[in-house]
Amino acid sequence: MATYRRITLTENGGVTVVRFIDKKIVDSGTIEQLGDELKALVETDKRNMILLNFEGVEFMSSAALNKLISLNSKVKGAAGRLKLCTLRSEILEVFKLTRLDRVFDIRKTEEDALAAFKL
Amino acid sequence: MSPSQYQGYPMSSVEPIWSIDRVLPSDLDKGHAVIEELMAALESAGWEGRDVFHIQMAIEEAVVNAIEHGNKRDPSKDFHIVFKVARELAELTVTDQGEGFDHRHLKDPTEDDHLDQPRGRGVMLIRELMSEACYNEKGNSVWMLKRRSPAEEEG
Repeated sequence: MATYRRITLTENGGVTVVRFIDKKIVDSGTIEQLGDELKALVETDKRNMILLNFEGVEFMSSAALNKLISLNSKVKGAAGRLKLCTLRSEILEVFKLTRLDRVFDIRKTEEDALAAFKL
Repeated sequence: MSPSQYQGYPMSSVEPIWSIDRVLPSDLDKGHAVIEELMAALESAGWEGRDVFHIQMAIEEAVVNAIEHGNKRDPSKDFHIVFKVARELAELTVTDQGEGFDHRHLKDPTEDDHLDQPRGRGVMLIRELMSEACYNEKGNSVWMLKRRSPAEEEG
């Protein structure tokens, strides 16, 4: 199993729930490490039902968004499903401005997102 | 390199509460450190909420673009940052020593064909999140301005 320092993982009904350790995902080293860990989730640990819970995340730069886009491609490639939840309104606004809200399935709460995996 | 050797846009005539005029090497850690300074100054000047988020996002894009794309992380190249904070306005210019780019003919990252591309959103975000933004002719300098939102629109 891969080692994770930027994220914590829990399992809920077959879904890997990912939470972020950093409140501000902006430092380039942090973003690179986060990207590697998200990639390892799929490639090394073979998780393909993933929920990214952004509770507590106050800021993320577009470099971090790029890592999410790469993760989305990997999950799709593994015939998996990826959802996001609990985005701060300002971060959700960025997803809407960039139309990435059409790429990602974004839910308000973890409960909503987990229920959506069952659909 | 001294700041006088750079040419950016003329700054506004608003008297700032705080300002910075600095030349930095093409180092992301140093870039992020100065951004932390700028954000602390903004908050000390009473800015908060969505405006602060927008400014931080735009500054991050501008500084990272200058270091990574403009200067190609060349340690021999610097970038110049000028930031002024007033009660109602925040103004920023970032200039790199690169060759510039064609900012008038960028791919639209919101088009369906480009949505899943992992790059190319920085310039769009700067233009959308700031009240005004523009590049110089060459494309190696960006100027941006944020007007503080009325209090009832924040949060």
